[in-house]
This record gives sequence, C-alpha cells and structure tokens, in this order.
Amino acid sequence: MIEYQNIFTQVQVAGEPEMGITNGKGIEKERTKSATFSTLAGWIGNAQLGPIHLGFFGLLSVITGTLAFNIIGLNMLAQVGWSFPEFLRQGFWLALEPPGPEWGLRMPPLDQGGWYIISSFFLLVSVMSWWVRSYVRAAELGMGKHIAWAFASAIWLFLVLGLFRPVLMGSWAEAVPYGIFPHLDWTTAFSIRYGNLYYNPFHCLSIVFLYGSVLLFAMHGATILAVSRMGGDRELEQIFDRGTASERAALFWRWTMGFNATMEGIHRWAWWFAVLTPITGGIGILLTGTVVDNWYLWAVEHSFAPAYEGEYGYEAYIQ
Amino acid sequence: MFKLKWFPKWSRENPKDIYGPAVVVGVVGCALFVAALIVTWGNPAQTMTTQTGPAGTGMGVVEFVDEANAPDPDVENYYTEEPYLPEEGEELAKDVYENVQVLGDLTEANFTRLMSAITLWVSPDQGCAYCHEGDNYASDNVYTKVVSRRMIQMTQYINDEYAGHVAPAGVNCYTCHRGENVPSGIWFKRSPVLENVKGWSANQNFATAQNVSTSLPSDALEKYLLEDNPVNVHSLEANAPNDPDLAIQFTERTYSLMNYFANSLGVNCTYCHNSRAFYDPAQVTPQWSTALLGRLMVIDVNNDYLVPLKDEYPANRLGPRHADAPKAACLTCHKEKAKPMGGLDMISDWPELAMPGAPVYE
Repeated sequence: MIEYQNIFTQVQVAGEPEMGITNGKGIEKERTKSATFSTLAGWIGNAQLGPIHLGFFGLLSVITGTLAFNIIGLNMLAQVGWSFPEFLRQGFWLALEPPGPEWGLRMPPLDQGGWYIISSFFLLVSVMSWWVRSYVRAAELGMGKHIAWAFASAIWLFLVLGLFRPVLMGSWAEAVPYGIFPHLDWTTAFSIRYGNLYYNPFHCLSIVFLYGSVLLFAMHGATILAVSRMGGDRELEQIFDRGTASERAALFWRWTMGFNATMEGIHRWAWWFAVLTPITGGIGILLTGTVVDNWYLWAVEHSFAPAYEGEYGYEAYIQ
Repeated sequence: MFKLKWFPKWSRENPKDIYGPAVVVGVVGCALFVAALIVTWGNPAQTMTTQTGPAGTGMGVVEFVDEANAPDPDVENYYTEEPYLPEEGEELAKDVYENVQVLGDLTEANFTRLMSAITLWVSPDQGCAYCHEGDNYASDNVYTKVVSRRMIQMTQYINDEYAGHVAPAGVNCYTCHRGENVPSGIWFKRSPVLENVKGWSANQNFATAQNVSTSLPSDALEKYLLEDNPVNVHSLEANAPNDPDLAIQFTERTYSLMNYFANSLGVNCTYCHNSRAFYDPAQVTPQWSTALLGRLMVIDVNNDYLVPLKDEYPANRLGPRHADAPKAACLTCHKEKAKPMGGLDMISDWPELAMPGAPVYE
C-alpha cells in the first residue's frame, strides 16, 4: 500500500509555479521572477517558495534589519577580541548593551552604548517598514488590515520597551540589551527592581491573554482537525454556508461546556486574545518605574497582596 | 521434523507494517517499565526540602538526600587538640623564642601545639619549612611567615569582632585552608571581562566564576565585598520618583552578588528571602541578618588584612589580570555549605585564636 508520510500536510502539489496576479497597474514589477518547490516546506505548508514581493518598504526593512543584526553580531565579536571560538563559546552570554545610566538620553561613545543606539535606530526603521509592508500588501490584495493591526500590537510592546519607557524614564539605560541570556537577566532584574511584576495587574492581564491565546489556538486547531473529514478545514465555506462540520463542532462545544463560539467568531476570539497580550503587557511595562515604583507595595496599598502567618527561618520548622 | 509452513505463507499473503507499531509498543512499554520502577523503587535522586518560611510562600531549601547525608571529608580530616592549661610561672613563647610578635603570651606547650596544628591545617605536605627559613625559625625572610602572622591576627579579629556571624562555631585556619596552602574560593578582580567596550558594556555578558556562569556583571564582589557600595536597589514607596542611581544595571549587579551568595552557601534565595518582596526586612529569615553581618566582615577583612598584604606576595600569588592581592568572600569559608563543615566547632579548642592578646583558658 502506498502511504504518503507527512508531518502536517497530507498531499503535496507540485507543478507550474503560481506566479501571482497582476492588477493592471504593475504590482508584479516589484515581485521576484522565479519560484521553486521544496519538499521540506511542503511538509509544513505550501511547497512553493516564491515569488516574493520586494517593494520599497520590503527592501528598506531587509537592509536596515540586516544592518542592525550585523551591528549587534560584530559588536559581540569585537567584545571577545574578534575570536570566533570565544564568540561561539560565549554566544548566548554576549550582548550589545544599552548605554549606562550615567548617559541619560544623550548619545554615548560607540563603545559605551553608542552602537546600541545606532542598531536600535536601524531596527526601528526595519520593524516600522515591515509594518507598512504588511499594511500595503493587504491593501493591494483587497484584504482587511487585521494582520497589520495585530503586528502593530506587538510593535507597541517593542516601542514601549525600547523607546517610550526609556524616554519617560530619562535614560536609555532602561532599554533591553540585545543578547540571549542578557535580555533574560534584564527581565528578571526588571521584575525585582520594581518590586515584583507579578503584582502588576496589567502583567496579570497579559498572562491571561497569553495563556488564553494558547488555549484558544489549541481548541480551535483541534476542533477543525476533528471535523476536517466532514470538510471543516474549508473554514471559509463553512462560514458562509454552514455544513455538518460546523454544526458538529458547535454541538461538541455546546454539549461539552454549554457555550460555543461561531465559525466566524472563534477567529475574533483568537485575534483579540493574541492582540491584547502585548497591548496589556505594554501598558504594564509603561507604568513600571514611571507611575509605580514598587508593585508589591502598590499591591499592599490596594489590599490584594496576601499576608502569610508563620515564622521565618528553618529553625522554626526543624522537629 | 515439525515445520511451520503456513506461517511464512500467511505472512506473504497478508503483508502488514509491523515496524511502526513495534516501535510505538516498544517505546511506550519501556516508558511504562521505567515509570513502574520509579514508582515502586523510588526516585534514585531523592530530594528533601527544609522549610524556611510560612506555608504558602514556597520558602524552602531543596537538597539531594545523598549529598546532604554524605560525610564531609574536611570534617573527617580536621585535626584538633585541647589546650594545656597553663601552670603558675610557666615560660611563655616570647621568653623562649625570638621574634614572636602575635602569639608571645602563649605558654611554650600551647605555642608548639598551635604551630603544629597550623602545619597540619595549612601545609601538611611541606611542614614547618613552608613558613620557616631553615633552622632560623625567627627569620621573617619567607613571605608565607609574614602572611601567616597577619592571618592569625585576622582570625583573632574575626572571632572577636564578628561573633555575630561566626559564633558559636568560630573560625580557625582550617575553616578556609582545609589542608591547602592557598584556600579555595579566593577571588581576584575580574572586570572588565570584555574588550573594545567600556563601562556597563564591559563588566557583564560573559560567563565567569564570579558571576557563576551567568551573564550578570562580574564586578559584584569588587563593588560590594571590597568597596562598600549600597546593595539595595528598591524604592520603599509604591509611587516614588525614580532614582537614576538605582537603574536596572545596579539591580543586575546586586543579583550577581546574591547569586554568588546562594551558590557559595549551597542554598537558594528562599534560605533568607521571601521572594515576593526580596527587600522587605519584615519577610526575611534570621539568616538574612547573619549574611548582612557577613558582608561587613568580608569588607573589613579584605580591606584591613588581605589587600594590604599585596607587596608581601610573590608575583605568582597575585591576580592574573590586575596583579591584585587574593581576597576572601563567602565561598572561601563556606565552600558551598550553609555552615562551613556543618557548623563544626572550630574555636573551643583554640582560645589562642579567639581574640587578640593573651589567651583566656577555662
């Protein structure tokens, strides 16, 4: 028996590549000319790779992004005396660090955070151009702008961390270092410095939406896979012409938990949960240090930090 | 003979993929077997938790049972001897020997007792010659003798001034040396760790022993255990104007120090702190105050005793980067134990090291 082994996609289609539409106004001119097929890509999605739309903002984004990435990497390499073995060995530890607190919002020398400001500028241009690209591409294709606005919510958090909050605090030193472990250390230090971020209600909300997103994604993915044998994976058709797949999926949830989302509404649930994760998180970060300096004491003042009865010290607990 | 003809025939006619299911059954079966072993025989790496704070705060120190119960070879190798009570008119070391500057008020018997103990604690292989020059025991020509003299004074100072940190166990030479010429767990200035950068960009983001292989700053010991910079970074008001001197970078440096503390003592944060409010002195264990005092002790010892010895040492005893004198910190004595050698009594037998001046025997 011939059995097609696959990861996600049941059947790979390969033939003449689909080179994309033209609108008579020359949108195809900013598109690359070739396309290839990849079996590997076909396992997890569409086997066709390319053509890709470049455009002004696409090129700008790729160029500035590459610059930022290389500035960060070359700084790390310089920090270990241009030694590749040491660069690989300490790679997860190395970082391009923001300027020290003594510099405030001034431009420091290159070796004390100046490169950080420069690479951050390029990264900003890169990310904003990619956002414009995601908006303009959607407009060209006659789509809604949901993807661009969802991306904007992530950019909001990015801007809060690297731009809005440092400016409000009056110091670039508040920005996040570009490094694997260093940015994790920053995260922990940020929570400890401002009296425990778990008492920040916006942090709580962000966690709810993050875990909620994960849960909704799993529920929706599972539901659609479960009814795909009835055609449930053709979600759009099911939205405007509800069939037995939709009916059964809805019945499953209504009979299981008394309520079901609709075939269309579940995507709004997921979109809003995902988008609200960085929006609420960004608000929480923006308030930290600017409005609230110690979230634990803030929680005590607002009567939601519990008091624990009992002794401190192991002596009290050793029998 | 008996031959199974139908089976190969049936197999040929009914091909089945047996390898896929076999792998699944094998993997699941092995997992079940291991799970059953662990459930019935117990986890081979048993842990135990010592509660250190109120229920609900998650405060506790977790240890492997095997490690916690393992005998400490340093305790087994420890040499000690009770003092000889001085009798009326007994001759003192300063009368018998020349150039006895610190231990002159000891009787000769006790002086010899202490000298031989120091030999066993610090230079068991080299013996007396590690510090003394040939037959001329009065000579100060060997640098180790000059350093030892200062170290004896330091030991007396610690036991006398910092009983709050070291009592009741007290300390003697063996607390740090453990039979080695140079104690383990000493430290040298390590920062800057990175090249071609300066300031906060240069003192962190590189795995070293001093930041316990994190990317936190490597100058925490220098800033907090040699220099006396403030360790606290928190505002004690919910809504306070931000203090730029207490930026994230300083928090990371404090974090680095705290991480060093915890690793040097083989404990975790909740040995001292309620981690929901690290800074709050109302939610800490008594060990927090002991540690606070320990930090002051280390600053004193480094500045008054260890750093001034710099010019006495030969070059190979100095720091590899800044040619600075070797310095002490938590790890030098604790060696990854909450109490060095489990709180073994180091001082009752050695009143000569308990305080400066003439010893008091009881």
